Amino acid sequence: MSNPARTYHHAHHFPSPRDESEAAKLGMWIFLATEILLFSGLFMAYAAYRYTHPEMFKTVHQLLDWKLGAVNTMVLIFSSLTMALGVRSAQLSKQGQTVGFLAITLLCGAAFLVVKYFEYSHKFHLGTLPGGGPLGHWNPDYAALAHEHGAEFVEKLKSLDSPHIFIGIYFLMTGLHGLHVVIGMIAITWVLLRAMRGDFSSKYFFPVECVGLYWHLVDLIWIYLFPLLYLVG
Amino acid sequence: MTQYTPSSSEPGQRPPNFWNSSRGIASWLLTLDHKRIGVMYLAFVWAAFMLGGVFALLVRTELLTAGKTIVEADTYNQLFTLHGAVMVFLVIIPSIPASLGNIILPLQLGAKDVAFPRVNLASFYIYVIGALIAVYSIFSGAVDTGWTFYTPYSTTTNSSVSTMVLAAFILGFSSIFTGLNFIATVHRLRAPGMTFFRMPLFVWALYATAVIQILATPVLGITLLLLIAERVLHIGIFDPALGGDPVLFQHFFWFYSHPAVYIMIVPGFGVISDLISTFSRKAIFGYRAIALSSIGIAIVGFLVWGHHMFTSGQSELAGMIFSGLTFLIAIPTAIKILNWVATLYKGSIVLRTPMWYTLGFLWLFLIGGLTGLYLATMSLDLHLHDTYFVVAHFHYVMMGGTMFAFIGGLHYWWPKFTGKMYSEKLGNWACATAFVGFNLTFGSQFFLGVAGMPRRYYNYLPQYEPLHQVSTIGSYILGLGFFMTLICLLRSLSNGKDAGNNPWESTTLEWLTPSPPPVENFAGQPTVDRGPYDRHAGSGH
Repeated sequence: MSNPARTYHHAHHFPSPRDESEAAKLGMWIFLATEILLFSGLFMAYAAYRYTHPEMFKTVHQLLDWKLGAVNTMVLIFSSLTMALGVRSAQLSKQGQTVGFLAITLLCGAAFLVVKYFEYSHKFHLGTLPGGGPLGHWNPDYAALAHEHGAEFVEKLKSLDSPHIFIGIYFLMTGLHGLHVVIGMIAITWVLLRAMRGDFSSKYFFPVECVGLYWHLVDLIWIYLFPLLYLVG
Repeated sequence: MTQYTPSSSEPGQRPPNFWNSSRGIASWLLTLDHKRIGVMYLAFVWAAFMLGGVFALLVRTELLTAGKTIVEADTYNQLFTLHGAVMVFLVIIPSIPASLGNIILPLQLGAKDVAFPRVNLASFYIYVIGALIAVYSIFSGAVDTGWTFYTPYSTTTNSSVSTMVLAAFILGFSSIFTGLNFIATVHRLRAPGMTFFRMPLFVWALYATAVIQILATPVLGITLLLLIAERVLHIGIFDPALGGDPVLFQHFFWFYSHPAVYIMIVPGFGVISDLISTFSRKAIFGYRAIALSSIGIAIVGFLVWGHHMFTSGQSELAGMIFSGLTFLIAIPTAIKILNWVATLYKGSIVLRTPMWYTLGFLWLFLIGGLTGLYLATMSLDLHLHDTYFVVAHFHYVMMGGTMFAFIGGLHYWWPKFTGKMYSEKLGNWACATAFVGFNLTFGSQFFLGVAGMPRRYYNYLPQYEPLHQVSTIGSYILGLGFFMTLICLLRSLSNGKDAGNNPWESTTLEWLTPSPPPVENFAGQPTVDRGPYDRHAGSGH
C-alpha cells in the first residue's frame, strides 16, 4: 500500500512543516475560544433566569431524566479517551490502531445522539416543549405527567411562573451542543477516511490532532451542561 | 539594513504579477491568493458602501422638511434600519481588515500568504452569502427595528427581522475567519528577523482587531440565534409578555456591539499610524505606546458595554462603574492621538492625498472621541441619550474616523496593488469635498441633539428645520465627495501613470516588491533587522 504521508509536502507558504502544524493548532485553539464564547451567551441566560426563578428551575428540571444524562456523560468521556488514543496512534504511525480508535469515537458520538433522540421524543410526547404564550409549544400533557411524576409535582408545575423558559434553555443548550456533536462526527469521519487511506504518520498528523481538540471541547461543554441542567438543586 | 535581494529576471521584460499571472473568471472565483481575495472584498465593500450611502441620502432627503417629504413613515423606518445594518455589517466591519488588511498584512510581514488561504476564501464566500441574504430581506418585507434589533419590538414586528438577523449571524463567521487567519499569520509567518516590535503599526492594529473579532463576534452570534428562537419558538427569554427580560437582550447585544465599534475603528488607527509616519518622513513617535495602546483598547473595550444602558433601568452603581471604565478608554486613545501629533512635529510633511485624509481623520476623530466623553457622563447622557448628538458622535468616529482612514489607506496602497498612480488633483478635491460635506452633515446634528431632537424620528417640530436642511445639503456634498473618490481611483486603472515600487518613500516591507506584486509577493525571502519606520540605514533599531 502506498503511503502518501512519506511524500507529503507542507503548504508552500509555510517555511517548514512544523510551522504549518503549529499554525493549524493555533487556529484550532482560537476557533475553540469562539465556540466557548458562542455557548457563553446560553450559560449567561441560564445564570440570569436561574437567579430570578430558582424554584422554577428546581421543579422543571425534574422533567429531565438524570440517568439518561449520566449515561451520555459516560459515553462522551469514554469517547474523549478513545479520541486521545487515536491521536497518539497517529503520532506513532500505527495506522490500524488509529482507524480503530477513531471508529470507536465515532460510534460513541452516534450512541450519544441515539440517547438524545429518546430524551427529545419523550418530551415531544409529553408536550413539554419550548415556547410560552398562545404561539409557543409549551403544552404539557398533565395527566401523563401526573402518572409519571405524581399529582403533587403537577400542581407545583402548574403554579410556576414561566416554566417554559427552563425548557427553552434546555432545548437551546442541548440542541446547539447536539449540532456540535454532529459536526464533530463529520470531522471524525473525514480523518477516519484519511487514516484508512494511510495519510497520517509521525511526520504528519495535525489534522487528527485538530479534530481531537474539537471533539474534546464538545465533550467538555457537555460535562458542564449535565450538572447544570439535570442536577439542579 | 533590511535585506531583500530579488532574484534576477530578464532585463526589459516585466515579470507576471498577481493580476495577470492566471486568467479567466475561475482563476478569480477559486483563488487562494490573499491579494485577489482582498480585491474582491474591496469591490463588494464599495458596492455595499454605495447601497448604504443611497439609503442614507434617502433618509436625509426625507428629513429635508418636517412631515412627509418623499416617503411614508414605515418606509422611512426601513430606510434608516437598512442604512445602519448595511453600513455596520457589510461595510465598516469588513472594510479595512478584509480588503486592505488582506492585501497588505502578508506583504508587511514578508509572508507569501495568510496562514489559511482556504479559510480566507471561505470567509469571502460567507460574506457574499450573508450580503445576499441581507439584500433579500429588503425585498421580503424589510426591517424597521433599527440596526440594534432591540426587543420587544424586534420580536413582535411583522417585518423580516429573522432574515436580516440571519444575515448578520452569517456575516459574523466571515469576520471570525478573517480574525483567526490574521492572528495565526502574525504568529507563524513573520519574515526572519521581524520581531513583534518590528511589525508595522498597521499589523499591530489588525492583530488587536482580530482579538476583538474572535472574542466578541460569537456572542453576537448566540444573541442573534436567541432572537430568532424568540421570534420562531417564543422561548420567552427576551419577550416580557412571556416572562422574559428585554434588557438582557441589550446586555447581550452590546457585549458584542460595543467591542465591535473597536473592530471598526482600531484598523483605522493602524492605517493612520503608517500614513502619518510616511508623509512626515519621520519614524513614528512612541511606537511601542501606540502598539500597546491598541491592545489596551481591545481589553478595556470589553468592559464598557453598559454605557449603552444608562437609561434602560440599569442600577446606578453599575452605571457609575461603566461610566468610569468608559472614561478609561480615553487614555489609550489619547496616547495614540498625542503620538501622531508628536510625529508631525518637526517632520517634513508631504501633503499628498493620503495625508489630507490623515489630517481629516485627526480632526474628525478628535471631535468624535471627545464627544464620546460627554456621552460617558451619566448625568449628561440622560439628556443626550437617543438624540442626534449620539448620531453625530458615532458618525464622527465611524465615518469621519474609519471611513476617512479607509479611503486614505486606499489611496496610499492603491499604487502598490494596482501599479497605477491616481490623479493627485482629483484626489485632493474629493477629499476636501467629503470633509466639508461631512462637517455640514454631522456638525449640525450636534446642535440638533443638544436642542432635543430625538434620533430616528420621522417628523419634527418646525424649530429644527433649518439645521436639518443644513445637514441634508451637507450629505449631498459628502455623497459627491465619495463619488469623486471612486471616479478618481477607477480612472487611474486606465490612464494612471506607473507607480514604481515605492512612490511614497515608505519604509515598510510591502514597498520593496514590485507594484503590483507577483503571486508569491517577494521573489526571495526578505529579512528584517530594524524597526518598521527606521529611515536611517544601519542605525540599528
